[in-house]
Amino acid sequence: MAEVQIMTGNQAAALGAKLSHVQVVAAYPITPQTSVTEMLSQFIESGELKAEYIRVESEHSALAVCISASTVGARVFTSTSSQGLLYMHEQIHWAAGARLPIVMCCINRGVGAPWTIFNDQQDSIAQRDTGWIQIYCRDNQEIIDSIIQAYRIAESIYVPVMICYDGFVMSHTMMPVEIPDAEAVSDFLPPYKPHTILSPEAPMNINPVLFPWRRANSEGVLCDGYMEMRYKLQKSLDESRDVIISTSRQFAGAFGRDHGGMLWQYKADDAEIILVGMGSLASEATAAAGMLRAEGIRAGVVGIRVFRPFPKEDVRAAFRKTKAICVFEKAISYGYEGALCSEIKAAFYGTELRLPIHNYICGLGGRDVKARELAEAVQSSLDAIAAGDTEPMPKWLNCFTE
Amino acid sequence: MPENLFKVNIEEYMLPGQRACQGCGLSLAYRYVLKALRENTIVTFPACCLTVLHGLYPTTSVAIPALNCTFASTAASASGLVAGLNALNRTDITVVAIAGDGGTFDMGIQALSGAAERGTDFIYVCYDNEGYMNTGTQRSSATPMGALTSTTPVLTKQQPKKDMLRIMEAHDLPYLSTTSSAYPIDLYDKFVKAKRIKGSRYMQIAVPCPPGWGYAPKDTVRIGRLAVETGIVILFEIEDGKFRFTGRSKTLAEKGNKLPVINYVERQGRFRKMSIEQLRQLQRWVDTRWNEYLKRAEG
Repeated sequence: MAEVQIMTGNQAAALGAKLSHVQVVAAYPITPQTSVTEMLSQFIESGELKAEYIRVESEHSALAVCISASTVGARVFTSTSSQGLLYMHEQIHWAAGARLPIVMCCINRGVGAPWTIFNDQQDSIAQRDTGWIQIYCRDNQEIIDSIIQAYRIAESIYVPVMICYDGFVMSHTMMPVEIPDAEAVSDFLPPYKPHTILSPEAPMNINPVLFPWRRANSEGVLCDGYMEMRYKLQKSLDESRDVIISTSRQFAGAFGRDHGGMLWQYKADDAEIILVGMGSLASEATAAAGMLRAEGIRAGVVGIRVFRPFPKEDVRAAFRKTKAICVFEKAISYGYEGALCSEIKAAFYGTELRLPIHNYICGLGGRDVKARELAEAVQSSLDAIAAGDTEPMPKWLNCFTE
Repeated sequence: MPENLFKVNIEEYMLPGQRACQGCGLSLAYRYVLKALRENTIVTFPACCLTVLHGLYPTTSVAIPALNCTFASTAASASGLVAGLNALNRTDITVVAIAGDGGTFDMGIQALSGAAERGTDFIYVCYDNEGYMNTGTQRSSATPMGALTSTTPVLTKQQPKKDMLRIMEAHDLPYLSTTSSAYPIDLYDKFVKAKRIKGSRYMQIAVPCPPGWGYAPKDTVRIGRLAVETGIVILFEIEDGKFRFTGRSKTLAEKGNKLPVINYVERQGRFRKMSIEQLRQLQRWVDTRWNEYLKRAEG
């Protein structure tokens, strides 16, 4: 029977990895991710989880260990934050290029310089173009459930999955979490069966040098070049939407919880203005929508759960009826605007959707974002739109810009 | 006499078609490394001359399973192989990490030190051609003083070679050895021994590089021998802390007939701008190390 416990997001993540029967864990401590690695080492040293734990000397090596262990056929897990994720950057590309079903938690934290240990999402947004699936969780229940789902998604299409959740806001905040029944998880997520295993039984050279053009093998058959392999990665990410949605539905069937496939909606059906965000910020936006509705403004929320692959069709459908959008983001693409805002605008291109989109950069480096402030931002956007300001520059919420 | 002189594995794992340069010291050494390690071996290596040697997708001339990894992660990649194989109860496979001096002395040292400190059950091989030869002869910390490289093109390298062997010895390894592509049986013996030992083993192979060092490809063995005969390269092994000269270095130590370094230096284009003072410094550097090892051999 499933039991409910009060736990932090990091506990939920460690339990999710344990329930997924990971076989190799490699991690390096960094705030606010550290307690995930501590709990997993506790599980493994006490014998609760039968797995290898490699206490690597860096995040770069953490993902290197995961890449090699996955190549010989093991189910692997790691987690990190901020600078650790950035230090992994070339390995993040490498894992996706090597088509390995690695699952990693990114406990979102701002990046330096200057130093911050507090939450924003600049770290994972900066990994947007690496070929990983990115799922943003909005509560601790979604963390544990999404990790289990992530292995099923990753292992069916050979694309790595990054489970992102906000540092401290979720990683260190206790919430009630229903722990999925271990046997039910084993049924939902059978042991990993890789299509290729590096072993002496069948010597091969994995991830070698490719030339720009296709090249024949020893039987004269033309094999993929670099570009064909890259195309296949893109195709798998394109096709992953259906896998993510069906996995989410099947999970709901087995465990009774549906966190939304690509995105989730809150009172969005009749909304004249929709607040958009990812992770805990989107969750906070639901409270703001409630306040706005109390003031007679029909506000709703769309939480983008999957940032890559970007849910273009789902986004188009979700905003079909609304009149305006406020995108709240804890990251920015310097020199332009928030990346999520750009993606939403791009999704509308060529459609009838011509509604005003306002972008708010907020909560960088852990600056508090209250529901009341989100509601006030929406109110000011409505006033600006009424005054004809349909696409202003991104506004910095709670930031002294004078 | 070398232990395996008449028992060298006749199987070939380096097949025709390998893409190394003519006269490549690495390719001579690698053939014997693989013969000694045999079939139940997985190798992992970063972007380096060995990547080129293994060939272009979808063909390879090496009949040993190989995993390419990023430049800084060779020893971590090996740690992952060991962990994955352990998790799947495959403990019969020897995991070997191989990188050049750039991937070992410079970029890979963090991952290597980490893996060695953890006592990872693997063999780390550094083939030392004393520079970034795959990218066209740039200076590394393994480049000797006085050598011209494409990034020390006027003044030559001003610093002596980093002593990676002492760094690795400080990790208290069960086995550490130096070998040379010019002495394949000495190399073979050491790899056969290393395969039997558990824990982190460090093997450094001196591999002359014709285009990088500036000598004719036919002279790779001669240059490799001169490196040993002048004491620039010392063949030895350290097993559980106990030092022992081996092969040609052992006879040189016994007979005291080491050659002056000029015999080695004068045959390579890379030393053509070396000053007399640098030559003296190189000789002093060689003599100091040689005398230290002589003392260690005496116990």
